Amino acid sequence: MTAFMQNKPLLYGTILAVAVAAPFVFPNFQIQLAYLWLMVLLATTWDVQGGQTGYNSFGNIVFFGVGMYTTAVIQRAMFFDFDEYEQAAGTLDAIGASDYVISLAVGFGASGVLCVLIAIVLGSGVLGLRGHYFAICTLGLGIAAGEIAGGIDFIGAGSGLVTPVFPDGLGPKGTFFYFIFFTLCAAVHFTLKRLYAGRFGLALNAIRDDEDKAEAMGLHTTRYKVTGWAISAFFLGIGGGAMGNLIGFIDPVDTAFAGATFGVWMVLMTILGGKGTLWGPVIGAIVFHVTQEFLWTHLFGWQRVALGAIIVAIVVFFPQGIMGYIREKHPHLLGLVVDKSKRQEEGAA
Amino acid sequence: MWDNALILVQAPIFNVQLLIDGILIGALFALAAYGMAMVWGVMNIINIAQGEFVILGGFITWWLSTYGVSPFLGIPISFVALFAIGWLIYKIVICRVVDQDLFISILATFGISILLQQLMNVLFTADVRTAESGLGTMYLFDGMVTVSEIKVVGFVLALILGAIVVVFMTRSKMGQAIRATAQNARAARILGINTDVVYAVTYSLNAAICGAAGALVVMVWNVQAFQGLAYTVRSFMIVVVAGLGNLPAVVGAALGLGALENFAGFILGIEFQMAFIFSLLVVILVWRSLRLKKQRKVLR
Amino acid sequence: MNLLSVTDASKAFGGVIANRDISIEVPEGKIIGLIGPNGSGKTTLFNSIVGYHPLDSGSIKFNGEEISSLVVPQIARRGLLRTFQQTRIYGKMNCVQNMLISVPHRNTGFKHMFQKHSADEIDKAEDLLEFVGLYSKRNLLAGDLSFGQQKLLEFAMALMNEPRLLLLDEPTAGINPTLINGLIDRLKTANQHLGVTLLVIEHNMRVIMNLAEHIYCLAHGELLADGSPDEIQNDQRVLDAYLGAH
Repeated sequence: MTAFMQNKPLLYGTILAVAVAAPFVFPNFQIQLAYLWLMVLLATTWDVQGGQTGYNSFGNIVFFGVGMYTTAVIQRAMFFDFDEYEQAAGTLDAIGASDYVISLAVGFGASGVLCVLIAIVLGSGVLGLRGHYFAICTLGLGIAAGEIAGGIDFIGAGSGLVTPVFPDGLGPKGTFFYFIFFTLCAAVHFTLKRLYAGRFGLALNAIRDDEDKAEAMGLHTTRYKVTGWAISAFFLGIGGGAMGNLIGFIDPVDTAFAGATFGVWMVLMTILGGKGTLWGPVIGAIVFHVTQEFLWTHLFGWQRVALGAIIVAIVVFFPQGIMGYIREKHPHLLGLVVDKSKRQEEGAA
Repeated sequence: MWDNALILVQAPIFNVQLLIDGILIGALFALAAYGMAMVWGVMNIINIAQGEFVILGGFITWWLSTYGVSPFLGIPISFVALFAIGWLIYKIVICRVVDQDLFISILATFGISILLQQLMNVLFTADVRTAESGLGTMYLFDGMVTVSEIKVVGFVLALILGAIVVVFMTRSKMGQAIRATAQNARAARILGINTDVVYAVTYSLNAAICGAAGALVVMVWNVQAFQGLAYTVRSFMIVVVAGLGNLPAVVGAALGLGALENFAGFILGIEFQMAFIFSLLVVILVWRSLRLKKQRKVLR
Repeated sequence: MNLLSVTDASKAFGGVIANRDISIEVPEGKIIGLIGPNGSGKTTLFNSIVGYHPLDSGSIKFNGEEISSLVVPQIARRGLLRTFQQTRIYGKMNCVQNMLISVPHRNTGFKHMFQKHSADEIDKAEDLLEFVGLYSKRNLLAGDLSFGQQKLLEFAMALMNEPRLLLLDEPTAGINPTLINGLIDRLKTANQHLGVTLLVIEHNMRVIMNLAEHIYCLAHGELLADGSPDEIQNDQRVLDAYLGAH
């Protein structure tokens, strides 16, 4: 088991093979599987702030929503008259497959860039807040964004916005978006893996462990925090753009700035899996997504109540998460060596 | 939006209306803010579920009113009910996170907030509810300004409740124990104060105050299962602006917020009132933080 | 040349005057001591110098530049560092990582953030850990070290940052007496071979008299006396301040 987990090419190769095969082996679950990778994306990006930097962000959903709207607006602007904005709630004529893909690409690009810019602008102010203040401030941001979006007629206000119909010629919709989300996850995973191995990861962790000390050592704390947020924002923006197209209809509070669902889940999944680790969010997302299906079918009506209870339970009784638990009880699985000897000796060895 | 603003300039009497309505509701915000400051100061916990306690208090009063119980009776009933609920939550969750790091305590109260919101949604549906107080309307300034009598009564009752709590905190033994623990928990423990009980009473008392405030809210205004966060954010803003120990400032800030919110709702349109509140939070915090930075400090 | 020049620094907290018109000079390359009974304002002075709180009045010049209006990270990046009385390290990272993140961050551009650690940096980190005697513990989590070991780690991290002036707040407090000599030697080596100027708050008279070339004594927030270790040891005012006769 340890050998398998330590052999990176084998590990990644297996995951790739399973991931590529999955939507074809389980064609009835394509959309569910696509959502699974979306969950991994949400958790992994949240962990950059929550786990690595120690900044509980309840507002990452802002980027998801902004990205969703941006992509949709770009797509519509490219192929439809502006008059049709008035009929935001109606259905749009279908566009060709290649047009669709191009519009998605341009939309994603715009979403990513815009979200990065917003992260930089907002971040310079908001990331100067610590602890409680940052958490509640981002909570406010998340809700405010949803409320404001619900009042802007240009993007459909409270009635929502429709995205282009998925064209023929690209295969099943579920599979298409499955691979989009999977690719996004892979991109985020390897980007973060590289960053966490270098100075960037250490800096974020130093900020988490003792921000005052980091400042006293001359670290550009704001620079690192904002960059971290910008990275999360980028991927969340594109993810949002993809999600909007998958669902087909964007509601400001339920779909785009979905604080009560995705905003809460991203926190829960990361803690469940083990915050501050590369694989924790992935594991947490998988466990959560699979369990959630179960909750939905059996607890209908009470599943969100149960979610609240589960958050409390995990935070209070299991804050180290699955990865943390493995690290403590079975460190050899992760290739860690624990030296318990000579801990009490003071001074020079 | 500018049309509305223009109305205020052209017909000054509207300003009076908005101001009065805002101040009257502000007293209810002051109660919730005081409770939040209490828990924050004593236990160093920011109770994100604060708003849910208010809404829950309102729902309990409303529910009883559907069975013919006067909503005015709902005030003490909600007070007691929320005290019990607060105690329960303390014993099950809060006592375990009191001395833990910030990360855990904020997420714990966040989880409780979600739990309560969704629970109320299941039990009471997502409909907006209000309780009839049976009181009428007053007309001032030649009928140009209307003031619901219940708003005035609510204001007065809120002040009375607040005064009772303050007297409790300053005169009673438990109140003194609470304040001692807030200043130095370890010293209090050494001197024989059971800090666990103090924390339980503090948290439950906070819940109770919110519950009573909620009973007033459901009469004066309305409650809805997902409105809790707005009250949490209002309380938080008030405490941040006024400072933890400063009661007159809390009242002043609360009344001011009530008025400001009302004006914003009028000028921007009612659909943006919530957006205003949450955006105001962001603005206040960021502004505070930037100002402190100039003094080499950080908002703690 | 005076690396650090504090002129008439004053700081009050509410009604308590912690520092009143304090002036000290720290010449480059020297080891200067700061002593005084508890509550005399030593740590407050440190905090004012490094930017932890604003000065009420007075001036602080580092390397000829006025720093009293700069913030902590800016001052740190100019080469003025401090260690903390309650030793502060990054608890969940191991010793090597603590060292690596302590490289100097002055004049670093955007790309610096995304780099991997160079072999040079890793070598330097391990050398410094060896210097303080923590090489064998380098892969342990810093939070798992004993208090004394953490103090050494904090010192090593400070050296890693290549400071010009290092403010040490009670470096021997809590250290096993048999190990204090080792610490003094290391401080002297850092000063003589690495060129780090030191300003040291100390309560242990043996240590500070042995270490410092010039000593300032504070009492009740004011500068009481200053001079060579011999002069200070024989100054009646200093003896009175410590023994409480006034």
